[in-house]
Amino acid sequence: MTHDRNMTQCRTRRGRSATAALLILALLMPLPVGAVQPSEVLADPALEQRARDLSKGLRCLVCRNQSIDDSDAELAKDLRLVVRERLVEGDTNDEVLDYVVARYGEYVLLKPRFSPVSAALWLGGPILLLIGGFVAWRQIARREVEPAPTAPLTDAERIRLREMGIDPDDLTDRPA
Amino acid sequence: MVAELGHFALILAFAVAIAQSIIPLWGAHKGYAEPMRFAESAAMMSFLLIGFSFAALTYAFINSDFSLRVVYANSHSDKPYLFKIAGVWGNHEGSMLLWVLILALYGALVASFGRNIPPSLRARSLAVQAMVAVAFLAFILFTSNPFERMDPVPVNGTGLNPLLQDWALAAHPPFLYMGYVGLSMPFSFAVAALIEGRVDAAWARWVRPWTLLAWSTLTVGIALGSYWAYYELGWGGWWFWDPVENASFMPWLVAAALLHSAVVVEKRSTLKSWTILLAIIAFSLSLVGTFIVRSGLLTSVHAFANDPERGVFILGILVIATGSSLALYAWRAPQMAPEGVFAPVSRESGLILNNLLLSVATAVVFIGTLYPLFVEAFTNEKISVGPPFFNMGFTPLMIVMLMVMPIGAALPWKRGDLPRVMKKLWTAAALSIGIGAMFAMWRSGGPIFAPLGIALAFWAIFGVIVDVAERVKLGRAPAGESLRRLARLPRSAWGQALAHIGMGVTAFGIVGITAWETEDIRVAKVGDMIPLSGYEIRFDGVERLNGPNYRIDGGKFTVFQDGEEIASLLSEKRFYPVQRTQTTEAAIRASLIEDIYIVLGDRQEDGGWAVRSYVKPFANWIWIGALIMTLGGVLSLTDRRHRVGAPNRKKTAMVPAE
Repeated sequence: MTHDRNMTQCRTRRGRSATAALLILALLMPLPVGAVQPSEVLADPALEQRARDLSKGLRCLVCRNQSIDDSDAELAKDLRLVVRERLVEGDTNDEVLDYVVARYGEYVLLKPRFSPVSAALWLGGPILLLIGGFVAWRQIARREVEPAPTAPLTDAERIRLREMGIDPDDLTDRPA
Repeated sequence: MVAELGHFALILAFAVAIAQSIIPLWGAHKGYAEPMRFAESAAMMSFLLIGFSFAALTYAFINSDFSLRVVYANSHSDKPYLFKIAGVWGNHEGSMLLWVLILALYGALVASFGRNIPPSLRARSLAVQAMVAVAFLAFILFTSNPFERMDPVPVNGTGLNPLLQDWALAAHPPFLYMGYVGLSMPFSFAVAALIEGRVDAAWARWVRPWTLLAWSTLTVGIALGSYWAYYELGWGGWWFWDPVENASFMPWLVAAALLHSAVVVEKRSTLKSWTILLAIIAFSLSLVGTFIVRSGLLTSVHAFANDPERGVFILGILVIATGSSLALYAWRAPQMAPEGVFAPVSRESGLILNNLLLSVATAVVFIGTLYPLFVEAFTNEKISVGPPFFNMGFTPLMIVMLMVMPIGAALPWKRGDLPRVMKKLWTAAALSIGIGAMFAMWRSGGPIFAPLGIALAFWAIFGVIVDVAERVKLGRAPAGESLRRLARLPRSAWGQALAHIGMGVTAFGIVGITAWETEDIRVAKVGDMIPLSGYEIRFDGVERLNGPNYRIDGGKFTVFQDGEEIASLLSEKRFYPVQRTQTTEAAIRASLIEDIYIVLGDRQEDGGWAVRSYVKPFANWIWIGALIMTLGGVLSLTDRRHRVGAPNRKKTAMVPAE
């Protein structure tokens, strides 16, 4: 029932869970506001910043298309704490991601790693740009013909054009 | 009774739409005037009938007629008046009714203001438009009837989702639909042109105003949604690359491309078949968007499985509409020979580059939005595609776009001289680099890309200004001559200038908020001072208040700058007892320089409150830019060229002269 309400409601993505049943539950429960709680914040600002940056790239697994940095869900909080623990232990960003992926799978990454499965995702844009660029370039090259010198518009023609609502200066090359 | 009449009107509209999709086509084919003219009266009739039906549903909402299932499920007698009305489209059935209402509105507008369009093209376009109406009216009547009754009648309704009880979100769907349903008009014109087998400069000119209207309203709709997210969702995010956002963004991008390519068709009679294709794609993406949002497919696979009927129905409409129009395109498009010739360095080439960038950007968004679905369908694996992907794939394209935009706009048609254009634009380049450097000094400590981004945004803005200055020969001709030239610039030129400036302004806001946002998260006790990038925010405690249909925990804050009080703010946590839902209303001190944005969180065990405060530099320019773009679109819409021959005022004025 809840899923087919208005589209704008679908935009209200905070704290919504993946299944319809949980969705209804989520709607019935008062939503706690905000994501990162004061108690989670690390003392070292540099480390905290890294934690935030990493969190923005990790999916809240029970939410709809939301990062753990934005989510109020318990699971997101757990994951945020895991990320911070690893960072405090001295892991690099990549090591943290490896650790999280090992536990939750590739699905947790909001930016999929390049793999056979994600190849078309990553290469689709660049390939289209190349093909499109090639086609556009061919079109442009083919259309290049020595322009025949055109006689300037006569005054009568200019008046007629104005009557038709066309600016004659729009049609011709601009004066040098 | 009113509801039954509304339902009946909808059924009549369905019958009218069926007639409208057949008779004018036959008339146009045979060259009979009467059946062709039927399209206009049918279009007006459809609009009146659907309008009546919509009014009937609105009446039910206003009077809290809980015997209607949608009213029961989406309204409540205590709800403020405005949101009773907004509740009409705050649900699936009602929003689909709004969808067809706007479809019919466009048909009626073409019937009344499209007098300059040749009868056969007008008849065929309205017939195609009616086919879309048939499909969606059938969808409403067979799967989503808003006039379904309940027995016994409940005492009160379950209320509208509190997040929707907000002015921006109340206005969001009508604008959004004016936009992406409006793209049905260029689509209908494109299909009609394919049937006729003729696309020329005149065709492009007839299509342009409808695309402009759709694009302008879509811009407003998207901006409203983004602004709402900014102040309502609690931490000031303004774009999430969420599938439902992408659903409206893709048609916007393609409509922008279509506006540009239609100019080339109109002025240079080239890019014809590409423009037709864009018109088809733009509306197809609107249908994809409707499908994404209405089916719930991307919200959750489970949601879709629970109620597949509606999703499959829209998917069917999508496949038939897109499939048949593309088939028609494949058959007819090769006949459309390009005519104009132009050199590689020319405005034509610039517009082709614009189209390339916008199309690839659309493709990136499209692939990213639907990729998880395909992966799951074909491999049983699950992957996520989120904001980091979109930012990475989309941003470079927009950077290139902003870089070349002023150059392309300054190039003349047919053959340009790049060094000469660059010589013209060097002042713009110098100014923007200067401003970038100024920002680097003013806002030190930001990321390295920030001043470059600022310079790029100002390059787009100054590029336009320098181009306009050049066109009116500012400084090279007497001031009076420049002024006269300025006054003579067609409105479409002003429209273009404003739209391009708007792009730069939005880019400026995006760079600003992305680069220099600061944040503070802490537990605050009453009287605590929170220092945040040059401000001090005092937490003055929480008070209980009452709203019309909700209770408020209001966090009171006083903001100081250099020891002086500059604002006192209230950050609300609203609790809606009917839905037992909580929403947040961030406290925002808005300014053009930066917003101070405070959110009250939960009460902590030690008696303090979680408080999040942010400083968001230049945030408002994101939406100001969108407004400027819209203004550009509207201004262009009022250009005389689009009205020539329309209400015949011109002709009567001309007769005595001849």
